[in-house]
Amino acid sequence: MAGLLKVSVVAADHKVWSGEAAMVVAKTTDGEIGVLPGHEPLLALLAHGQVRLTLPGGERITANAEGGYFSVSADIVTIVASEAELV
Amino acid sequence: MAAQLRAYRARIRSAQTTKKITRAMELISASRIMKAQARVNEAGPYTTELSRAVGLVAARSNVQHILTTEPASITRAAVVLMTSDRGLAGAFNSQVIRQALELEQLLKSQGKEVVFYLVGRKSVGYFAFRRREYAKSWVGATDQPEFELAKEISDELIDVFTREEADGGVNEIHLVFNRFVSMMTQTPVVRRLLPLELTEDFSADELPEGDGGVLPLYEFEPDAATVLDRLLPAYIESRVFYALLQSAAAKHAATQKAMKSASDNADKLITNYTRLANNARQAEITQQISEIVGGADALAS
Repeated sequence: MAGLLKVSVVAADHKVWSGEAAMVVAKTTDGEIGVLPGHEPLLALLAHGQVRLTLPGGERITANAEGGYFSVSADIVTIVASEAELV
Repeated sequence: MAAQLRAYRARIRSAQTTKKITRAMELISASRIMKAQARVNEAGPYTTELSRAVGLVAARSNVQHILTTEPASITRAAVVLMTSDRGLAGAFNSQVIRQALELEQLLKSQGKEVVFYLVGRKSVGYFAFRRREYAKSWVGATDQPEFELAKEISDELIDVFTREEADGGVNEIHLVFNRFVSMMTQTPVVRRLLPLELTEDFSADELPEGDGGVLPLYEFEPDAATVLDRLLPAYIESRVFYALLQSAAAKHAATQKAMKSASDNADKLITNYTRLANNARQAEITQQISEIVGGADALAS
């Protein structure tokens, strides 16, 4: 596995979380999608806000980003929603 | 003589109380500028990310969207005027109102009808006093604008933009607000909100290394049109929110500046009146002495 994903979760009025993760799983309008490092560039709309992040240590956190989108580009993952928060 | 002295003393006291108030307001707005600026900075990542994503979709696909299409002829334009809810901010409100009226003149000279949307009690007061019409107003939340307000405003704007002209729709929307340049300077600016101009310029640092400087081919889920459909309203919201935050920061800076000069002015008044009061007191004493001396002289002779 090549490196880690740089993830940031951004809400309209502040940055919620940023850090490194080994895997990101999100539910888009087309279905669930998992992103590992080296994923092709992607811009997807989120169906349900839940985005699960697996940290390098195996720890898991969940972000709620209802009605947002997430983009993947060169191992940088950005989860954007007007009201994003960690659950 | 004694009456004059009392009058001066009263004025000194009044200037002192005024100074206390203005000094307090100065300190309050100084602390609020910091908060307002912090909020502008915190909203930064969201705005940047959204513009990047919108730019990407626009560059990667030839999707036509109603919000980005330039209408063939513009007959009606909306102007969103952002003022504050409270005054005591120097030229803050008057300069932005003047800018909006200039824009109105310009649009009218191009044969467009102008509809006003007002944010902040001051602009509503201005329009009500002159018995001018406006489409809608939002008051009461300009000091610390919440994202909900931006959402409400942009929903209304998108609605009126997508409506048919016969039903009162507009073809063009402008934002007029004060931009926070520095503590000392706030300039009114005009930005066209809709139709959106999508730029496709990407700076070199956004391109991943080792790809020969080619923009990566993105995959869109479900498809580019749907993504754009969701992104554009969010983008407009963030533009409105940004304008609201700028306006709030600028308002606090303007208040601080105005209150500082008011305090300085009160200081000057106090000095002047103190001198006059001293003068009057001295004159009173001199007169009393000369009266006593005059009286004693009259008795002795």
